[in-house]
Amino acid sequence: MSDLKKIKEEFTQKLREKLNLSEINEIKSNLFGKNGLISSQFKKIGSIHENEKKKFASDLNIVKIELQDLINNKIKKIQNLEINEKLEKEKIDITLPERSFVRGKIHPVSQTIDKISSIFSEIGFSVEEGPDVENEYNNFTALNTPDNHPARDMHDTFYLDEKKERLLRTHTSPVQIRTMLKDKPPFKIIAPGRTYRSDSDQTHSPMFHQVEGLHIDKDVNMGHLKGCLNYFIKEFFEVKKIKIRFRPSHFPFTEPSAEVDIGYEIKDGKIVIGEGDKWLEILGCGMVHPNVLKNVKVDLAKFQGYAFGIGIDRLAMLKYGINDLRAFFDCDYRWLNHFGFDPLDVPTNYRGLSR
Amino acid sequence: MKITFDWLKDHLITNQKEDKLLDQLTKIGLEVERVEKSNANEDLFKVAKISKVEKHPNADRLKICDVDIGEKELRKVVCGAGNAKKGLITIYAPPGAVIPKTKTKLIIAKIRGVVSNGMLCSESELNISDESQGIAELLPTKYKNKIGENYFQLSKPSLIDLSITPNRPDCLGIRGIARDLAASGFGKIKNLRKKKIKLSEKHTLKVKIEKEKNQGCHIFGSYLISNVKNTVSPKWLKDKLLSVGQNPISAIVDITNFVMLDINRPLHAYDADKIEKGIIVRNSKSGEKFTALDNKEYRLESGMCVIADHKGVLGLGGIIGGTRSGTEFDTKNILLESAYFEPKSIRNTAKKLNLDTEAKFRFERGVDPLSIEEGLNRAARLIKEICGGDISRIDIQKTQPHKNKVIKFDINLFEKISGLKISNKKIFQILKDLGFKFKKGKKYLKLIVPPWRPDVLQQVDIVEELIRISGYDKIKTLDPIKERTKSTLNQSQRLFHFLQRSIASKGYLEAITWSFTDKKFNDYFKESINEVKIVNPISSELGVLRSSIFSNLIMYLNKNLDRGFKDLSIFEIGPIFTGHNPGQQNTVICGLSAGKKFRSSWIDEERNIDVFDIKKDVIQTLVEAGYNSNIFFIDNKTPGYYHPGKSGRLFLNQEKDKVAAYFGEIHPNILRDIDLKTESLVGFEIFLDNLKLSKKTLNDQKISFNVSDFQKSERDFAFIVSKDVKAQDLISAVSNVDKNLISNVKVFDVYEGENIPKNQKSLAINVTIQSYEKTLNESDLENINDLIIKTVESRTGAKIRS
Repeated sequence: MSDLKKIKEEFTQKLREKLNLSEINEIKSNLFGKNGLISSQFKKIGSIHENEKKKFASDLNIVKIELQDLINNKIKKIQNLEINEKLEKEKIDITLPERSFVRGKIHPVSQTIDKISSIFSEIGFSVEEGPDVENEYNNFTALNTPDNHPARDMHDTFYLDEKKERLLRTHTSPVQIRTMLKDKPPFKIIAPGRTYRSDSDQTHSPMFHQVEGLHIDKDVNMGHLKGCLNYFIKEFFEVKKIKIRFRPSHFPFTEPSAEVDIGYEIKDGKIVIGEGDKWLEILGCGMVHPNVLKNVKVDLAKFQGYAFGIGIDRLAMLKYGINDLRAFFDCDYRWLNHFGFDPLDVPTNYRGLSR
Repeated sequence: MKITFDWLKDHLITNQKEDKLLDQLTKIGLEVERVEKSNANEDLFKVAKISKVEKHPNADRLKICDVDIGEKELRKVVCGAGNAKKGLITIYAPPGAVIPKTKTKLIIAKIRGVVSNGMLCSESELNISDESQGIAELLPTKYKNKIGENYFQLSKPSLIDLSITPNRPDCLGIRGIARDLAASGFGKIKNLRKKKIKLSEKHTLKVKIEKEKNQGCHIFGSYLISNVKNTVSPKWLKDKLLSVGQNPISAIVDITNFVMLDINRPLHAYDADKIEKGIIVRNSKSGEKFTALDNKEYRLESGMCVIADHKGVLGLGGIIGGTRSGTEFDTKNILLESAYFEPKSIRNTAKKLNLDTEAKFRFERGVDPLSIEEGLNRAARLIKEICGGDISRIDIQKTQPHKNKVIKFDINLFEKISGLKISNKKIFQILKDLGFKFKKGKKYLKLIVPPWRPDVLQQVDIVEELIRISGYDKIKTLDPIKERTKSTLNQSQRLFHFLQRSIASKGYLEAITWSFTDKKFNDYFKESINEVKIVNPISSELGVLRSSIFSNLIMYLNKNLDRGFKDLSIFEIGPIFTGHNPGQQNTVICGLSAGKKFRSSWIDEERNIDVFDIKKDVIQTLVEAGYNSNIFFIDNKTPGYYHPGKSGRLFLNQEKDKVAAYFGEIHPNILRDIDLKTESLVGFEIFLDNLKLSKKTLNDQKISFNVSDFQKSERDFAFIVSKDVKAQDLISAVSNVDKNLISNVKVFDVYEGENIPKNQKSLAINVTIQSYEKTLNESDLENINDLIIKTVESRTGAKIRS
C-alpha cells in the first residue's frame, strides 16, 4: 500500500470518531502543518521520476481535498451544534405582544370627498373651493333666489350681522358664482365643502357637507346631465346595476330642475342599494337658470349647462351603513375608529376606489 | 297637499289604477311623499261573517254569535243587534280596538255571564254613517271573498300626500293636479259645469280698497248672502274633507275650505251683521290690534294689509280672519269674500307676526287672480243648496287691471336644452292641455301664460313644462367622455390632502367638528383674533365661529377621556375664522395628543407623551410634504394657550415671514379650568395658508444625485454653554463651519447639574465629516476640529469640555 493510501485510510478512520474542536485541529496540523504528513508528501514531488510524477501529484491532490473536506465538515458540524445549543438557550415566548402601535384614521366624510373627487376627475372635472362665510348676493341673489324666498328665512340661515349681508353658506352653490365670475367658460368643476343651516335634530345637523357640480359649455344638455350623474352614481356605489330615477322638481337656480332617486330595499335590517322597489332621494340637479348665467355674465347665446348638488354625509351614510348623522360630528373615539379609513387607503382610479 | 283618487276623479276622467296614478304624479313633478291607507287602530277592524247564532242563556235580547274572521278559530261575540243572523257579513272589532265614535277601548268582558271576545259594529259606531240600528250589513257580492281582511283598507280611499314645490301654487288645488295629469296623458279633464245661480238681492255692503302705497290687495270680490241657516255639513261634504284629513266645522266654513282645496281659491266668510257699515281694505296703522280666529291677539305694525270696517280691523287679508266677524251656527247673513293678495305683502306680514295658515300658504305662492268669480259662484251655490238664503249680485272692487303674461317661445330651444326631440304637434298639445293659449309665428310661438301659473316667466320655463310632461325618462342618457384637460386638484388642495393623510398616518384619528363653538371655549384659544358672532345661533353654546380648532377638539377630547380612554390622538383639518367677511378664514390642521406612551407595556418603559413627540409629528409631516428641515427656524414665542416654557413656533426658514406651525404642551391653566384630567396634553397647529407652495415640482427641486464614497469620520464634542444658548444655534454654527465637509450634526446628550457650573449646561454633539474629493487625513481632521471648537466658542460663548 502506498503511503498516500495509508494516510488516507488512517485519517479517514480517525475523523469518523467523535472528536472535539481541539482534537480536530490537532489532526489538521498533523496533516497540513508545516511538517504534516500531506505537506511532506508535497515536498516529495520534486524527487519523483518524470514518468510517475504526474500521477503522484494528481493522487496527492485528491487525497488532500478529500481529507480537507472531511475536516471542514467535521468542524462545521461541531460549530452548528454549539450555535444551536446557544440559540436553544435564547428561546423566548414569541406569543408575548408586539411593541404597541397606534393607527390613525381618516374620517368617512373626508374619504367620501376623496372618492367623489376621484370619480369626477375621470370625466374631466376639477375641484374648486369657496369660503364658508358668504355674502347674501353669492348665496342667494345671484342664484336667482329673490329677497322673499322661503330659504332666506332666519329659520334656515345663520347670519353674521343684523343686516343679513354676511352669512354661513347654506349650500355649496355660491362656488358656482365665484368660479364663473373669476374665469371664462367652459366650466367643469366640482366643489365639495362645509355647509350650514340652522336645523338641528336627529336627521339634521347645523353643519353638513355638500358637493356642487357645474358643467357649462356649448351644447351641454339634459342628456349630458343624466349621463354624468348616472356614471357618478354607478361608480360611487360600485354596483353594476342600479335603478336611477330623474324626477322633476324645483330649485330657484336651475330650470328645468330634477331630483334623483336611487332604488333600494331593506334586507335583514340593512339598506341595500340597487334593485329594490323603494326610492331614495340622493341629489338635486338641473340646467343652470338663465338668470344665474346672466348674473355672472356668461353669454347665453353660446353657453349653457347643468349643475348639481349632492349631500356628502348622506352618501357616506348609505355607502358605509351609518345610521346617525349626528355621530359624524360627535368625535366619539370608538366611532372614529370603527368608521374611519386607513390613511394609506387613498381612493384612486387605478387601484380601486375602495378596498 | 293631501288628495284622494276619488276627489281627483271629480275633475278627471280616467280608468287607470291607483298605483299607476302614484307613479305618474311623481313622474310629472308632483312628488308622492306618503300614501296612507288607514291607521293602526283602523287596521284592527276586520270583515267578518256570522257563522252561527245562539240565544243568550241569561238575556232575551242578547245573542251569542260565532264569528268567522278568516282564522281557524271562530270568535264568540255577544251581540244585541236585531239584525245579527247566520250568514251576515259585518265588521268585527277585536279586544284592544278603539271604537271611533265612542273612543272606548274594547276589553274581553263577561256580558251577563258569557265572555264576549270583541264586538260587532254598527256603521254609526265606526263613523261611517248615521246608521245606528243594528250592526253593519256588508254587501256579500263585494265582501264575501274578503273575510278577515282589514275593513278600512278595503273601504277607505288612500290618502295621498304630495310634496308640491313652492313654484306650483296651482297644484294646491285638486283641479290643478288633474290638469297636469290630463296633460301627461293620464285621463281627460272634466269641464266644470257652470250652473246658473239666482242673484236676487242688491249688494248692500259697501266695499272699498284704499289706494295706498304698497297696497297688498288689488281685487276684492264678494257676495252678500242673506237669511242663511248655518248647519252641520251634509255627509258627502264631511266625507270629502275627512278623506283629506280636514275636520268638518260648520257648513259655511266647510264650503269655503272645500272650494279652496278643490280649485285653490281661498275664500272668507264674514258674519255680515257684525260688520260696521262697510268693508275697507287698507294698510294697518302701527299699534292696531285684533283677535284672530286662532284666539290670539295680534298687535300690528304699519303697512300690513287688513280687511277692516268702520270700527277697526276685522282680519289680515289672505292670512287669517278675526273673531269679531266670524261666522257661527246662528249666523244669518254672510259676506263671502274672494280676493287677490300680493304674495310679497302676505309673506312680510306673516313673517313679522309668525303666522302660518292655509290661506297664507296659498296666497304667498300666488293664487289665480281670475278665479275670484268662479270661487264665489261655487261657494255661493253650495251655501244656497245647504243653508238656503238669497244671494246678492256680485260686487268686485278692482284697483289694477289684469294683464296676461306673454312669452315669445323659440321651439328649437326645447331640444337644445332637453336633448329630446318631440313633434310640434305634441308641443302644441301639451301647452294647450296645460292651459296656454298661443299664436304660431314664423320663428316663435307667442304664448299667453295661464293666470294660475305665476312661476312661468320666460322661455326656459316653457321648456321645463314640456320636458316635465313628456317625461325625464324619455331623455337619452349621454355617457360622459373620459378626458381631462385640467388637473383635478391644484397645489394647495394637494397639500391639504397630503397633510391630512400624513398626520393620520402618525396615529391621529381624524375628527370633523362644527365650525362654530362655545364662546367660553373659544376664548381660551382666541388670542388677538376678532370674535365672529352668529346672530341667530341654534344655542348659546354654539354662538361664535371658531378662532382655533383647539376649542372644539379639546372639548371632544375631554369627552373621550370621560369615556375612559387614556391615550388619545385626534386631529382636524378645516377652517378657522378671523373676521366676518368672506375670505377671512384660514385652513389649519390641528391635533391633540394626550396621555402616555407605552402605557403598561411589558417591554418598553412607560412615559408621558411630551413636546418632543409632537415636535416630531410636526417636523416629520412637513418633511414628508417636501419642506427642508435643515432650514427650519424654531423659537419659543407661542400663543398664551401653550405652556410658555414647553412650546415652539416654527418657520420654514430663517426669514421668519409667516408662522408655519405651533406645537407644545397646552397651558395647564386651561386643563384646570375645563377640568380635563390626563397625565400630559400636547398639541399642534399647522397653518396651511402660510406654507409656501413651490413653483417647482418636488422632483424638479431635487439637486442631482451626488454622494461621496470617501471615508467619513465622526467626532464627538462636549461644550459647556450658558443655559440660554439654543441647540439650534449651536448646530447651525457647527454646520456653517464648512458646508462641504460637515454632512451631519447630532445632539446626543444634554446635561445640567454636578460638575457643571450653575446656569450652564453641557451639550454633547456628534459631527460627521466627509469630503466629496478625498479621504481626509489626520491633519485635515485636526484642522476641522479646531475650527469647529473656535467657531462654537466665539459664536455662542461656549467652552469645550475637556
